[in-house]
Parts: sequence; C-alpha cells; structure tokens
Amino acid sequence: MTINGWIQIALFCAVVLALARPLGGYMTRVFTGERTFLSPVLAPVERGLYRVAGIDARQEQHWLTYALAMLAFHVLGFLALYALLRFQAVLPFNPDGQSAVAPDLAFNTAASFVTNTNWQNYGGETTMSYLTQMLGLTHQNFLSAATGIALAVALVRGFSRASAATVGSFWVDLTRTTLYVLLPICVVYTLFLVSQGIPQTLGGAVEATTLEGAKQTIAVGPVASQVAIKMLGTNGGGFFNVNAAHPFENPTALSNFIQIVSIFAIGAALTNVFGRMVGDERQGWAILAAMAVLFLAGVTVVYLAESAGSPVLNGLGLTGGNMEGKEVRFGIVASALFAAVTTAASCGAVNAMHDSFTALGGMIPLINMELGEIIVGGVGAGLYGILVFVIVTIFVAGLMVGRTPEYLGKKIEAKEVKMAMLAILCLPLMMLGFTALASVVAAGLAGPANAGPHGFSEILYAFTSAAANNGSAFGGLTGNTLFYNTTLGLGMLFGRFFVIVPALAIAGSLAAKKTVPASAGTFPTHGGLFVGLLVGVILIVGGLTFFPALALGPIVEHLAGGLGQTFAAGG
Amino acid sequence: MLNQLRPALVLLIALSAITGLAYPLAMTGIAGAIFPAKAAGSLIERDGKVVGSSLIGQSFTQAGYFHGRPSATSAADPADAGKTVPSPYNAANSSGSNLGPTSAALAERVKGELDGLRAENPGKPVPVDLVTTSGSGLDPDISPDAALFQVPRIAKARSLPEDRVRSLVEAQVQGRLLGILGEPRVNVLALNLALDGSGSK
Repeated sequence: MTINGWIQIALFCAVVLALARPLGGYMTRVFTGERTFLSPVLAPVERGLYRVAGIDARQEQHWLTYALAMLAFHVLGFLALYALLRFQAVLPFNPDGQSAVAPDLAFNTAASFVTNTNWQNYGGETTMSYLTQMLGLTHQNFLSAATGIALAVALVRGFSRASAATVGSFWVDLTRTTLYVLLPICVVYTLFLVSQGIPQTLGGAVEATTLEGAKQTIAVGPVASQVAIKMLGTNGGGFFNVNAAHPFENPTALSNFIQIVSIFAIGAALTNVFGRMVGDERQGWAILAAMAVLFLAGVTVVYLAESAGSPVLNGLGLTGGNMEGKEVRFGIVASALFAAVTTAASCGAVNAMHDSFTALGGMIPLINMELGEIIVGGVGAGLYGILVFVIVTIFVAGLMVGRTPEYLGKKIEAKEVKMAMLAILCLPLMMLGFTALASVVAAGLAGPANAGPHGFSEILYAFTSAAANNGSAFGGLTGNTLFYNTTLGLGMLFGRFFVIVPALAIAGSLAAKKTVPASAGTFPTHGGLFVGLLVGVILIVGGLTFFPALALGPIVEHLAGGLGQTFAAGG
Repeated sequence: MLNQLRPALVLLIALSAITGLAYPLAMTGIAGAIFPAKAAGSLIERDGKVVGSSLIGQSFTQAGYFHGRPSATSAADPADAGKTVPSPYNAANSSGSNLGPTSAALAERVKGELDGLRAENPGKPVPVDLVTTSGSGLDPDISPDAALFQVPRIAKARSLPEDRVRSLVEAQVQGRLLGILGEPRVNVLALNLALDGSGSK
C-alpha cells in the first residue's frame, strides 16, 4: 500500500460526499413532483405517457396496490425479456450472428436483469445480439434501477406522512425516475465514456492483423450507452464477459474513477433525499455515516490484503502485491476500491477478477453482500435495506430502556418489526440454504473451478451475489448449467421480492400512523450513539449468521495459504 | 390487478422504446459524430490495414517485440467445438484465469513464467505484472518496470544499443492522471509500433 493509494480512496469519498446534497436536492424535487430545470423538455413527454397509459398522476396508491403494480410490471418485463432472448437470432441488430439463448440460461438472465442483479452466466460478446443488449438488457437496467428508487421513495413517504392511506403512485415514481434522473445523466455520461475510448457502434466485430501477423477478432458494439446505466443504476451487467476489467468497458484511470463514483452517487444522495423528505437532513447524514463506517472498514481490509499479496505466490519470490486478475492501468488500489464499492452497492460490475483476490480480500465483498448491501447499497434498495435495519435498531434500543420505540415520530410496533425481520431473514435463507444444497449435490459440486476451501467460496459467493442482487462473481464457477441457472435464478427472485414486499408493508403501516411529538424520552437518531448502535445491529443481526460459512471458505483458505498450502483441482 | 395491466403494458412498451432503442441509437449517432475514431473502437491502421486497437492488447511472442502480460483467454477448439483451447488475447472472448490464491495450478503457472524470465534477465527482480494474467486477458499495458525488464532482450534481438531501446520505453510511459489516479503504465502495442517505426527491424 502507498500514500497515493490512500489519496485515491480519500478523493473518491470526498467526491461522493460532495455530490450527495446537490443530487439529493434535485431528486427530492423529482419525487415530490416539483418543476425542475428539465421540466420544459420532459414534462410534455411525461404527460403524454400518462395519457396513453391511462394514468392519473394525482391518484396515489395504497401500499398493496403499489406492490401489485410493481409486480405486474415485472411479470410483463420478465416475459418480454425472456422472449427477446429466445428469439434474438431472427431479430435485427445481430451482425455477429448470435443464436437463440437456451431456455434455462434465458430464465436465469431474465430473472437476473429484472431483479437488478445482472448475474451473468454468459459472456456478452459471445452470446448476446446488439438488440438484446439494447432493448433487453440496457432497458431493464433502467427499469430495475428506477423500480428500486421508486420503492425507496415509497418507504420514505411512510415515514414522512401521517395518517395517510397511500404511499405514492408506482407509475409516476417509475416514470419520473427514469425520465428525470436516470436518462439525462446517462446521456451526458455516455458521451464522457466514449471520449475515454468506450465504443458505441452498431458495426460488427473488427478483424485486425496483429504486428506479428496473427488474426485478432475484436468485439465492439453499442457499449458506452449500456455501461453508463449499468454503473449509475447499480446494475453491473457487463457488455463483455469480464465487465469493467475489459479495456473497452473501462479504458482509463479517469473512466474508472468516474465509474466508481457513479455506483455510489445515487445511493448516497438518496440518504439526503430521505433526510429532506422527513424534514431533518441530519437523519439522512446519520444513516450515511453508518454506511461510511462500514465502507471504510471494508475497503481498508481489501486494500491491505491485496497489497500484501498471496503468501503462496510471495513464497516464489514475487513482490508488489496480488496482480493476478487485475489490470495494470488500475493497479492494486483502484481494483480494491472498485471491489469494495461494487459489493457495498448492489452493482456487481468488476474491474478485476474477485475470484483471484486473496482470501481476505475476497471475503470483504462477500461480507458486504451478506449484510444485505446496505452500505450505500443498490439505488433505492440500499436505502430501504438500511431502513429495515434502522427499525430493528430502534426496536433494540427501545427494549433496552423499556419504552415503546419510535423513529421520526412514528411508533415502531410489532407489525413493523416482524416485517423488518422477515426481510432480513430472507437473505441468509437464500444464500446459505442454496449454498448448502449445492455443496452436497453432484450438479452443484460440478460448478467450482478451484479446489479446496476456495471452491466452497465460489459456491457461497454465487448464491450470496444472487440473493443480494449483486451480480458479481467468483467467475471460475461454471454457472451456465441447468442446476445453477435455476437455483441462482430463484435466489435472485426471492432475494428481490421477499425484501421489497415487506418493505412496502412497513411503508403502508407507517404512513397510516399518527406522528407523535418528540419528548425528553425520545432516542435521538441523528447522533453518534445511534450511528454506533446501527452499525452494531447490522454486524450482529445481519452479519453473524454468516460467520460459520465464512470460516469454511475464506478464513480457512487464509490460514492454509499462510502455511503455503495449495489445492489442486481434480485431486 | 387487472386495472394495473394497461399502465404496466403501455409503460413497458413506451419506456422500452425510449431507453432500449431511442437512447442507445441516438447515443450511437451522436457519439459517432463527435468521437468517430473512439466510438469505432480506437482502431490503429498501418499501411491501410487495421493492426489492432490501441485499447486492446495483442499477443506478442517474438523476441524482438515487447511482450504483454500472460493472458487467460481461450477459444473454441477447432478439433472439438465443445472444448476450449488457450488463445491469448482473444478479443472476441475476454476472460481472466479465475484461479484463487491457494490454487496449485496458479502457483505452477507463475513458477514457470518466473523461471523463464529469470533465465532471460538473470539477477533482476521480475515485475509482478509479467507473471500474472490480467482481469480481461486483453490488458493493453504493462508497468514501466516490466517494459524496462525486457530491454536487454529487445536490444539483442534487434541489434540495438540498450540505451536507445530504454529511451523508447521512457518516451511511452504514461503517468498517473494529475499525478493521482491510476498507475504508471506503458501501452505495449504503441511501444512496439514505435519500435518498428524507429527503423531498426
């Protein structure tokens, strides 16, 4: 590790922090229906969409209707994407002649993109037509991101309203997020990315003759427009197999820096939206502070571990840290930072191969996801995820002093705590349950490429990433099989919707409650004590469940590697 | 639920058209107009023929060229389409090795690379990026140390003074952006083109 490395990390944090308030202010205006500087252009489009769709923008929805609207939209989106994948061979924009995607892979991919996971059991440049990349994947990147943000805003309305029957309109939230937030940023962002060297073309792969006279086929495509939304919307599904490690997805140090910032930008700003909407920005900063504590701890461990390198390779006389699976232009620090950010948020794009990280360096991404991706988190998903933990924290604090807990003037009662625990328990059930299954059946054991504890880590990482809707991978695992396509697909769907629906139930229940004025006995939720308690609850309630699994994977691998032990595949 | 179907269907189709077609196609048009070379993939031509992309590494094995990093990309086996064979710098199928820190295969591979490089340039420490595969398998860069490490071999193969080759390398080193972001590096293809262009083959 170097001074320069810490400066790169500090600069990243400073930029994200500086963006949170302005972007939060803008998004608050969007979600409360106010005019923005883009309204002259976009308002007519918005009104036109509502007219054709038969939506009354002023008519809000009960939380159940909101949930049903969201689900209906996703069922249709899932079916449309599945159909597109199956029929891509006969549709236009297919210059490289990609064939139809097999049914199980199409199911997995459709589930993956609809749930904002973007797990990829395929290599983009060898599987997907340009039409699929644009109309199927780019499009779902927008909509799954917009959905996450819409749901977070609905939950925030639950806190900010009193004695209300509704939590907003899903259709309006979805449309406004897409038109006013995601699309304008992506237009500017795409042009920036092309200026850095990311291709944006409909021409097919290029044939080159190398200096040594060999043939090199260079895959290109409409890459930049997809990369922009995959980062901004914390989707993470790469155009190419190796995602943001590919020089065409992430050509320069600057493109890399902006991409990492864009993963966190909206999620961090949403904490400010939360503060503004509940009428006290300090509440938002407190939540961001808890996220920051967990993030800094994680990125420090990854950076130290990757700088120290693998004991096995160091034993051969290598110095300079762990560069296996990393790109020279990013080096150790930008790869470590990217890994911590992409798994803290539910992005899942990677600029280095997590599978080749050191044992501890690869464990942090796992932990980040296992905590439910509430460290800034996926756009929207991070905010509703951490608010679920806030409810449990307030409940625990209330138990300590023997008083009915309240948060922002809302009494937190049995129903909210039950729903919060339901959402929290869903993740370990999916992650650990499927990992256990895959570790004992032959179809599961056929997956890992590495032997020993690292092979177990590959399985654990896959189901953790799927259920947390992250999408990054220990890429050695062969996931494109009937078993993994199916189980990972189910993990993604449950991991998304079994968190969303309880979160919406909490929103509806809170919105209906009266606001009670703060008193001397009210636990202040904008100070250091609350932040500390929240971090503690996240680690104990969210994290401890996974300790035994981590002990079997990365921890034992770390110890074995320290003794110089290696594991041979097939042995 | 039925009364939600119309908005669901209409918004799905309309937003698909906007974000899935209008947006990428408009960006393709605009990007192609403003940054035509970059939008097409930063291709490099020599004597009217495309020799590669400045962003994509290519395989160099001859002693007279600077070598890039080991690459873990593969291609379909011409003899058996169901299998794959190693095919370094296959820019139609990016891939890392995905070998973990306690992988015996990784330790063996690195040891092999190390032995070869130590024999080529005895006594010099081998830069880590010359024995590790990149994330993409298409890394266009090597570290300045890795380029300097290869100078004696290039000088010998091309019968050039080492100083001249070294100054070629130094001219190709790209530093950190603003002195802060990224890592110092040398683009291997650009360096080799400069080497060919120095009239020394």
